Amino acid sequence: MLTYAISRATQFALSLIVASVVVFALMSLLPGNAAQVALGTNATPEAVAALEAQYGLDRPPAIRYFDWMIGMAGGDFGTSYVTGAEITPVIVDSVQVTAILVISAIVLSILIAVPLGTFAAVEHRTWIGVTISAASQIGIAIPNFLAAIILVIIFSLTLGWFPSQGWMAPVEGVGGFLLRLVLPVVSLALVQAAILTRYVRSAVLDVMREDFIRTARAKGLTRTKALFAHGLRNAAIPVITVAGVQLATLLVGAVIIEQIFVLPGIGSELIRAVANRDLIAVQGIVMVLVLLVLIINLIVDVLVPVVDPRIRNAA
Amino acid sequence: MKTPRIMTWVAAAAATSLLLTACSAGASDSGDAEQKDSMTIAFTAEPVNLDFTSTSGVAIPEALMENVYESLVRLDDEGEIQPGLAEDWSLSDDRRTYTFDLREGVKFSNGADLTSEDVKFSYERVQDEWKNELKSKMDIVESIETPDETTVEIELKKPSNTWLFNLTSLVGAVFDTEGTTDLANEAIGTGPFTIEKFTRGQSIEFAARDDYWGEQPALDSVEFKYFKDAVSASNALKSGEIDLVSNLQAPELAGEFQSDDYQIVSGTTNGEVVLSMNNAEGIFEDKTAREAVMHAIDRKAVLDTAWAGYGELIGSMVPPTDPYYEDLTGVWKYDPDKAEELVDEAGIEGEEFTFTVPNLPYAKAISEIVSAQLEEVGLKANIKTQEFPAVWLDKTFTEHDFDMSVINHAEPRDILTVFSKDYYIGYDDSKIKKIAEKADTGTEEDYIAGMKEIARTITDDAASDFLFLFPNLVLAKSDIAGIPANRVSDAFRIADLSWN
Repeated sequence: MLTYAISRATQFALSLIVASVVVFALMSLLPGNAAQVALGTNATPEAVAALEAQYGLDRPPAIRYFDWMIGMAGGDFGTSYVTGAEITPVIVDSVQVTAILVISAIVLSILIAVPLGTFAAVEHRTWIGVTISAASQIGIAIPNFLAAIILVIIFSLTLGWFPSQGWMAPVEGVGGFLLRLVLPVVSLALVQAAILTRYVRSAVLDVMREDFIRTARAKGLTRTKALFAHGLRNAAIPVITVAGVQLATLLVGAVIIEQIFVLPGIGSELIRAVANRDLIAVQGIVMVLVLLVLIINLIVDVLVPVVDPRIRNAA
Repeated sequence: MKTPRIMTWVAAAAATSLLLTACSAGASDSGDAEQKDSMTIAFTAEPVNLDFTSTSGVAIPEALMENVYESLVRLDDEGEIQPGLAEDWSLSDDRRTYTFDLREGVKFSNGADLTSEDVKFSYERVQDEWKNELKSKMDIVESIETPDETTVEIELKKPSNTWLFNLTSLVGAVFDTEGTTDLANEAIGTGPFTIEKFTRGQSIEFAARDDYWGEQPALDSVEFKYFKDAVSASNALKSGEIDLVSNLQAPELAGEFQSDDYQIVSGTTNGEVVLSMNNAEGIFEDKTAREAVMHAIDRKAVLDTAWAGYGELIGSMVPPTDPYYEDLTGVWKYDPDKAEELVDEAGIEGEEFTFTVPNLPYAKAISEIVSAQLEEVGLKANIKTQEFPAVWLDKTFTEHDFDMSVINHAEPRDILTVFSKDYYIGYDDSKIKKIAEKADTGTEEDYIAGMKEIARTITDDAASDFLFLFPNLVLAKSDIAGIPANRVSDAFRIADLSWN
């Protein structure tokens, strides 16, 4: 178990370092520069050069890279070219918004998908099972920004139940916070729930064909009881893996949803930073996203052996 | 047997949806009881901080000028210079020294009194410490004297008509001598409002001062909210979360607001949408080729198709609110036959040229119809979309790697900047340089006559095609009064807004 932990940790650190090099190199390839964008159409070439020097962009790339890495190791993402403010607090604030959004969305999609998918599997021969199956197929085909637009038109503009945009921190009012969270979370969750439903359905279907379920039924358990007692835990393994991958795609989806609902999350910060060529901020944000994805993978890797003793013992 | 089992599953799914309805239960209590002393306004460009002395761009002055900071002079809705912090002013006979009489009893929001020292401090600071590129507008100042607490004498290196006008913009902002320690986060000015809260990337909340020197504004609190997406902003207006959309970036949405509940205000800006041509090299170095373009473009059709007909045809680099405006729309008439002849004459039929298009809504829409119109007369545009600002500024603006482009030049009175030799268009400015010098140093009449001549020369030279004047398109609830129709300065003045 210890060697497993060490190998996982090494893998984790290596992935981070490789990602940092790639991110840094890609940023250097982007056309346009921060000084020019900051100065706009009034700039003289001399002024642009002076501002570049002030930003430290005239230093060799290797020095800029190590400067950045050393700062980041100590939790300091540097100072934004554009705002002149520290990047770390901006990232901390905006990550919270995105985390709330994404975690609520994955929880909601699991809450929808597990019962629905299991039911669709149990009832796969009836019209209800087929309907759920077909509905989830349609759900997969809807991109989340479209879901967002449709939800805004129905629940905000027509019914007036929810605001069409905006963010309120929980400390400013829990009611307002929840109210503004509903539409973005639902638009993210619906599509994910549709995908997850199909995985749950097929996982449960597979499990129900297993010998141990037949044995349990022979013992006198009903189909539902056999499924709950023995089946669901087995079905959970592939579902956890898929949910982990989905969590990562939700982060990407959140970038778009944050734009539509004007939420101050990390996606909005990223877009703002890219548009202004605030590369030091872009690098920091992308690294945080990489870190989050790696952590999600780590959690999945830890969770699967917890659920499945066979893997736990093999490791 | 069947029914109960289904019921179990349905109950499980229903439990999930209950979570949602639990949340929505709170929806009804979010205020319909409208407070009539506050207003929420949507803007597009968001300020990255509160310091326009170090950060360029329209966003910061739009929020702060005239609301928090004030200058000695200001522009009214018609573009006329009016008294601001200076009650009146006089100009010496050699037209080099302005003497301003300051208003008495003006206080900064930190409690300090406005004195002539503050003015001297602020204007010297422009030259010494500002990083914003617009600071060059103050380069002409020779010296600033303060004979007493309410008098400021500003001597210029040479007479300049433009300088007083420039003073109405952000370079004229007057700061307190003690008030510039943390400009990025704290704005201390003499204006009718203070900044209550600035949430970067989201909003600015203004609160009215009760010790303002002028007329007390009707609103107690105003919030600016920033929307990158025009649809999100118009949705927020429809659902009542905001009261006014300051400059709608998607005019096609205006149609949805043609009802008694809303008003659509369309006025002028300082933004000339220019179909710019590279005069210095390439296919459009030849004047005949440029003339062909001028005759090939049906500007009315461009305006109607690309910007839903909002905006004004101008025919030159001058908005109608400038004193030297002249209607030059008749100089280059839409005449595709003539254009075709000129294409033949220049020998450029079928020759491909590079049309760089910033990825902005108006530019993309314009590029499509313009290239279709050019194709009609045998000109073949190779459209290259460029990310704005970063890539466009790099490739088109700095490296001059383009034949044709399209952009809204939004700065006030920018004709001499845009048509100077080193600017990306590469216009040969030898003809207009002397006239410009004479106009700026002469009397006001000389100025107007000279600038008119310059505008006409540039249009006659077919230096670029002036497609239309970008509109100031405001959507608002119908019971809001005091919305400025024209955007003539860099400020969005909120002191005049009120509820009926």
